[in-house]
Amino acid sequence: MFQTWLPFEWIVAIRFLREGRLQTMFIVAGVALGVAVIVFMSALMTGLQMNFIRRVLSAQGHIQLLPPKEVTRPLRMGLHARPGELEAAIVQVPLQRLKSIDQWQAVAEQIRAMPEVLVVSPLAGGSALVVRGVASRAITVAGIDPGLYYRVVTLPDKIVTGHAELTGSDILVGTELAGDLGVGVGDKLRLTTVGGADTTLSIAGIFDLGNKGANQRSTFVALRTAQSLLALPGGVTSLDVTVRDVYAAEVVAQRITAATGVEADSWIETNAELFTAIAAQSTSNNAIRFFVGLSVAFGIASVLAVVVVQKSREIGILRAMGISQGQVMRVFLLQGGLLALAGSVAGSALGAGVLALWQRSARSADGTPLFALVLEPSLFVAALALATVTGLVAALAPARRAARLDPVVAIRG
Amino acid sequence: MGDRDPPRSGLRPPPPKGGAAGGPAEPAPRRLLGEKGNAVVLLTGVRKAYNVGTAFETEVLHGIDLTVMHGEFCAVVGPSGSGKSTLLNIVGLLDRPTSGTVQVCGEQTTRLDDGALTRLRGHGIGFVFQYHHLITAFSALENVMMPMLGAEGFASDAMRSRAEALIESVGLTRWKDNGAGKLSGGQQQRVAIARALAMGPALLLADEPTGNLDTKSADEVFNLLRRFNSEHGTTVLFVTHNVAMSERCDRTIEVIDGKISGA
Repeated sequence: MFQTWLPFEWIVAIRFLREGRLQTMFIVAGVALGVAVIVFMSALMTGLQMNFIRRVLSAQGHIQLLPPKEVTRPLRMGLHARPGELEAAIVQVPLQRLKSIDQWQAVAEQIRAMPEVLVVSPLAGGSALVVRGVASRAITVAGIDPGLYYRVVTLPDKIVTGHAELTGSDILVGTELAGDLGVGVGDKLRLTTVGGADTTLSIAGIFDLGNKGANQRSTFVALRTAQSLLALPGGVTSLDVTVRDVYAAEVVAQRITAATGVEADSWIETNAELFTAIAAQSTSNNAIRFFVGLSVAFGIASVLAVVVVQKSREIGILRAMGISQGQVMRVFLLQGGLLALAGSVAGSALGAGVLALWQRSARSADGTPLFALVLEPSLFVAALALATVTGLVAALAPARRAARLDPVVAIRG
Repeated sequence: MGDRDPPRSGLRPPPPKGGAAGGPAEPAPRRLLGEKGNAVVLLTGVRKAYNVGTAFETEVLHGIDLTVMHGEFCAVVGPSGSGKSTLLNIVGLLDRPTSGTVQVCGEQTTRLDDGALTRLRGHGIGFVFQYHHLITAFSALENVMMPMLGAEGFASDAMRSRAEALIESVGLTRWKDNGAGKLSGGQQQRVAIARALAMGPALLLADEPTGNLDTKSADEVFNLLRRFNSEHGTTVLFVTHNVAMSERCDRTIEVIDGKISGA
């Protein structure tokens, strides 16, 4: 019997769908498959991209500010030449000596005040030689302010032995370097630089950055230690910046350059190929989603077109008994919307199920998931809303056709 | 009678908007019905042609003048293709004439738009077709409720009570919850009559409602229409090929070649 809280159009739409059970089941299954593909692909692609980006950004800031490079300024042509004579000059590319960002503290303050910026971390970096007994290795020394730098690069998460705290006499080394030199936490290392500076540091922790080369070369010391070792008293060689929206890094970098005059490179620029690959992947993902959505829409539209033909006599009778064109139209629009809604609910559940299965089966050699899949509720809400709107739009043409049926012709069949 | 409950009169009017169930069975206030002696149908010079302006233009009705008074029970007879159904469709506001004027239930319909015609049709006219055309997705009772539900937007207890009374009056209480497709031809036609009367129409148009039934069921359907006509004053236009039935009507309108003879 009719529910007193359901409007006429809903009652008729639901009954028509229930009456054509098999037809309804098939189209709901079709919509569900489409939505499941969209949900699965979206979550997979988002997870994959987030994983790429996380891996790239776990070892660097979103934006890096660097001091300007040394350039050669050739003498003006003809300065010493007599009239009619030409002067040939060989311009030699200058050597890039280590130098600090001019007025870096003021620059850092200026950047920190920008609303898009989260953290600004100074770094004094250069190369050195680490010596232990007869073994020596060339390394890069990064002098950091742990409180700030660890908010840019989550180094403490990568510590495998020891800790990440740094005093003036501490150093953090990679697993490969520690292995090569046969050292562990608490052991001493002697660092020398080309400039002749020399210091002995104690290993506070050993980290694993997930990259053999990085684990061989990278070391971290306190900012002041690096400044004295690299002969950069009070200076820094770069400022690492993190921003709220990683995809807006390039825009923010340009804004920083415009505001401070210091060259700022975003991760998008320094990893241009990766970013292009991600963008291409997003585009192809969107294209697949669009075509799956389109096939879902055509599926709904074709089923409803058949329903209109099947129900034309009933529509004629409804019109004869005083049901308006608008009411008939709403009955068919609702059918489209309900088919899509039911299909998208089933599809979301199916998509989530397949994702869970995928996450279980796709594991790296050590048994951990290849990458974390993020099942955000917003993805499902978006899939439901998009599918329902698609259903309504797909139902528009059949609904208009139903509403415009001539009752005389419809009743005569 | 076999498959039917004893008929009962005493129908309530169609439910008022938001009305409660079980109200007193007062006489129906006829919103669109003229008083006795008034014309329910008034056609003047009605012509109907198809494919107008083309080489295939065919005129089906040639200037029909027809007056049907309140409470009349008229048989519309004539050979197949004479224009009976077209006439009924025009009177029922399902079709518009090519020329001429159509007044139904006191309303001049020539200049009414589709929405106004739909409303007038819903409240003033009931239809019974040869092939009963119940909506198979609904039960017998729900089919009877359908016109009221469409007009009001939401179901109510008053609506249900009226539909039950109508179902009872056509003797189908026992089958009221059966799906429309599971009823016999005669039962379906009786449900169609109950549905046609749901809104308490001034005019009931029956296009060969007995044409597809056996003699016994046809007789029952005719008697039902006759009873509603006499008990509620519903004007009935009854298209039939059955001479015996047409002779039992108050008046016979004979349509031959798109004209009324002996009107």
